[in-house]
Amino acid sequence: MTTDPKLDSPRTAVANPPIQPMPTNLGAGDVIRASAMPDLAPPTRELTPVAKLIDVSKCIGCKACQSACAEWNDTHPEIEHNTGVYENPHDLTPEMFTLMRFSEYDNPETGDLEWLIRKDGCMHCVDPGCLKACPAPGAIVQYSNGIVDFIHENCIGCGYCVTGCPFNIPRISQKTHVSYKCTLCSDRVAVGQGPACAKACPTQAIVFGHKEDMIAHAEERVADLKSRGYENAGIYDPEGVGGTHVFYVLHHADKPALYSNLPENPRISPVVEGWKGVTKTLGLAAIGLAAVGSVLHGLLGRANTVSAEDEHEAEELVDPNPPPERT
Amino acid sequence: MTNPWTDIKNTDLVIVMGGNAAEAHPCGFKWVTEAKARRGAKLIVVDPRFTRTASVSDYYAPIRPGSDITFLMALINWMIQNDRVQWDYVRNFTNAPFIVKDEFGWSDGLFSGYDPEKRDYDKSSWDYVIGEDGFAQVDMTLQNPRCVWNLLKEHVSRYTPELVAQVCGTPKDRFLHIAEMIGECAAPDKAMTSMYALGWTQHSKGAQNIRGMAMLQLVLGNIGVRGGGMNALRGHSNIQGLTDIGLMSNLLPGYMNVPTEAEPDLATYMSSRAFKPLRPGQTSYWQNYSKFFVSFMKAMWGDAATAQNEWAYHWLPKLDVPTYDVLRMFELMKAGKVNNYFCQGFNPLLAFPDRGKLTEAFSKLKLLVVMDPLETETARFWENHGEHNDVDTAAIQTEVIQLPTTCFAEDDGSLVNSGRWLQWHWAAGTPPGQSKRDTWIMSQIFQRVRTLYQDEGGILPEPILNLTWDYADPEEPTAEELAKEMNGRALADVHDLKDTAKLLTPAGKLLANFSQYRDDGSTMGACWIFSGSWTEDGNMMARRDNADPDDVGLFPNWTYAWPLNRRILYNRASADLQGKPWDASRKLMEWDGEKWAGYDVPDIAPTSKPGEVGPFIMNQEGTSRLFTRGMMRDGPFPTHMEPFESPIANVFNPEMRGNPVARVFVDDAEQFATSDEFPFVATSYRLTEHFHYWTKNNRINAALQPEFFVEISEELAALKGITRGGWVRVWSKRGSVKAKALVTKRLKPLQCGDKTVYVVGIPLHWGFVGAARKGWGPNSLTPFVGDANVETPEFKAFLVNIEPATGEAVS
Repeated sequence: MTTDPKLDSPRTAVANPPIQPMPTNLGAGDVIRASAMPDLAPPTRELTPVAKLIDVSKCIGCKACQSACAEWNDTHPEIEHNTGVYENPHDLTPEMFTLMRFSEYDNPETGDLEWLIRKDGCMHCVDPGCLKACPAPGAIVQYSNGIVDFIHENCIGCGYCVTGCPFNIPRISQKTHVSYKCTLCSDRVAVGQGPACAKACPTQAIVFGHKEDMIAHAEERVADLKSRGYENAGIYDPEGVGGTHVFYVLHHADKPALYSNLPENPRISPVVEGWKGVTKTLGLAAIGLAAVGSVLHGLLGRANTVSAEDEHEAEELVDPNPPPERT
Repeated sequence: MTNPWTDIKNTDLVIVMGGNAAEAHPCGFKWVTEAKARRGAKLIVVDPRFTRTASVSDYYAPIRPGSDITFLMALINWMIQNDRVQWDYVRNFTNAPFIVKDEFGWSDGLFSGYDPEKRDYDKSSWDYVIGEDGFAQVDMTLQNPRCVWNLLKEHVSRYTPELVAQVCGTPKDRFLHIAEMIGECAAPDKAMTSMYALGWTQHSKGAQNIRGMAMLQLVLGNIGVRGGGMNALRGHSNIQGLTDIGLMSNLLPGYMNVPTEAEPDLATYMSSRAFKPLRPGQTSYWQNYSKFFVSFMKAMWGDAATAQNEWAYHWLPKLDVPTYDVLRMFELMKAGKVNNYFCQGFNPLLAFPDRGKLTEAFSKLKLLVVMDPLETETARFWENHGEHNDVDTAAIQTEVIQLPTTCFAEDDGSLVNSGRWLQWHWAAGTPPGQSKRDTWIMSQIFQRVRTLYQDEGGILPEPILNLTWDYADPEEPTAEELAKEMNGRALADVHDLKDTAKLLTPAGKLLANFSQYRDDGSTMGACWIFSGSWTEDGNMMARRDNADPDDVGLFPNWTYAWPLNRRILYNRASADLQGKPWDASRKLMEWDGEKWAGYDVPDIAPTSKPGEVGPFIMNQEGTSRLFTRGMMRDGPFPTHMEPFESPIANVFNPEMRGNPVARVFVDDAEQFATSDEFPFVATSYRLTEHFHYWTKNNRINAALQPEFFVEISEELAALKGITRGGWVRVWSKRGSVKAKALVTKRLKPLQCGDKTVYVVGIPLHWGFVGAARKGWGPNSLTPFVGDANVETPEFKAFLVNIEPATGEAVS
């Protein structure tokens, strides 16, 4: 189980927390990539990759995941209006890292109505566009277990991560000028627990564990769906971003766009790929030469020292035409 | 529930009809997901809306609100026509072979004996032919044309797939597909489970909806088996406990009855409660009624209840009407006949129908006391909140006292879940502010009332002055003391009834279970069905052993299930007449040659030979009932009845409105509308983001579903010029609300014959206090009428009109 001290990564989100306090099992030595830090020291060990599997065919759209996410991360999503849809809040926000998206689909092949409900949030890409686009050293890190995490102290709020994300996930807070998204509950995973959303999910549509186990489980689910007539059921673990550590089982894997415009073939924007040089330069400008070569350990706890001028420059570099919001 | 939640994983087919399990019971719904994933089970949803349950179903069919009986009778008809009947089960475990009186009949939508003046039936013809031996006559060959089976066959023959299409608006092919899927479960090794909730109860014929499915389940042989059952999903965490301990005006704990005026003494009261078996050798467990009753009376009045004073029978109230249900109380309140009203954990201003009438009624009280952990609209009924509660505060003279109480997490005690599990819980938090436990508040009131009687006397002071109150701290009984009182205790040594030398429980000790209850005054016990939950071995409700031998899904040592820790009711019916399980892979109980053995506690005496004692021990027949004799006010079989407000006349009798025996108060009858003025059918329901009117006090729940809306089809939106996210006004003959419009494909218009029926869906979570945006509940619109048997209000089918409204559309 997750609390087994011999395991480097938890295998389930179901187990209860240990009684005894546990030391964190996720640290600087587990970082394999960090934004704007090309010369990062190699990790001291290799963690077992983890993954969160979202089986949309088991999802009842109850929003317990949203509730658990807000509770665990102590965010305060706004009490908005009803706009004639079930999505609330209406979109991902700096206070709401995950969102149930609902789409009504009249299936022309069967004549049946389908209500496709998908939990949206960070996919934790193997090849993370946000991290590649980010100019702030150490603001986005990737651990060897696959989690892509934002280190808010290092974030300059430039919004490059939004542009770099092929799934349109990060959101910049107008209050703190920092970017937010799902952390895959890295703070829970660090102490042997699965993400809060997976823990709360009543039907275990959201499950968490080693990616290998999750793939095997997903394959079983696909077989069950095929036996129920969903011939195109499959796994959504897109290669364009190197695979993801949050992945889906879909009834219609051939048409991911049915699920509130889940991208068919997500790829990092070529512009972002081409930004690497610029990024590095900006990173140097923003953080100062003194930061270069400093160990990540120091960066993780560093306060945001970006000047207003730097921030202004960064804002100007943000894509003026962000990808449209999916509804 | 006949079966526990955990048993749903054993099913082959789930039908969710009259409920919305995924949304209203998401945690319990996990067992449906388990059955689907592990057993390959299928899920059918029949609902006016394509719900979130439907979104994970294998097959969905729409149905017009309030037409469920037609659908269910048509399913039974289809099973009979297509020989999808578990014959051995029907013949032996139901009353199919029982011969019914010649006078019984049905025509024009009504059963024999109807009196339109009284709005009631003379039910004398709805009964069996009793032979000279005193037993009901049966024909085990089912050939007699007057046997229940043939009467049922004739009764349901009118319900064809074509009638379903016409009355329910369910396309014929959808109905037939569902019938085929269900028909497979007539095989002895297949089981279907029925999960239902307020979608069936909140109708003027709600109890008959449930009867309909229960009968279908019996025809299929799905009661008493693993993966089967009639599973009522209770809407509050302890509403099962509420009915168990008799918190109804006409009930005593353990489903005993409050006496009526027609029962002036104990002998008369008991004379209609002899429950003599109707067939030879049957158990008829209610024959023990007097033991449960006398033990209850001893729990109430201790030494003051004696054989000489008929165990204090004369201190019990005697009903002059069938019930003082909530609807009747508000009718009386409106008429100025109620001075004081205590509202304990109850928010009727939003939870009961016709809010305008409720406000008028509350305004006539002298005193309203609200005991609740939360702010409620009821406590603020007098406060003007603009359009959301437009009252003239100055004109209301009612004094309102709010007594803040603790919530479940701040107190020890037990909650009874839908599966009849009494689960003990421990206080997890300290009560905030000046909130007090309900037991403390009630004790304080009791002490003061008793002092008043002592000092000043009064009419009939004895029940108050003699009430047993032997708690360690009379100011506040503990949950433990109350639980032990419900379990029961020996007042004198209790001996075995047959082997009288054998001492079962010495005086002063807790009883092992209700088989030790006696009617000679030697035992006390406040709720017989709970007996066994706290014995000399300790608090059985506190058990947390999650072992489940052979993974059968029963978890026998997890907490305590009433009765007798039995997890599946009627479990003897899981085996055939020889005592072999119908389905070897789903064994529950088995006759091992000497006794019943298996995973559960048998219903019948463990040594009762198979073939002799029937599984349905609470019935005088020993069998289940396809025909309920005179036990329900509106018929021994379910018959199609329209809602009181319907766009369609009853196909069997166009003159008949609603349920012909449901109680209707004069003023309310005038408030029933017709479809000329109110052309659209409305229905009400919960959303999964909220729990009733509680969670709108919580910011996160409020963020997840912030604002009152109604759901309508794209077609109705087009017809009325309504835009998605725009404001609409919805009104009935009783009131008007303003909401956001959620335009959806999931609520398609229904074609009922030549009539197109548009449905307006109205969720129920908004009011004028709390963190969410101010709104209304559907009860501003709903009619003031209840089920003919139990008075559950008709919230699920009524008429409204709708139009675009002014107000800024916010996006």
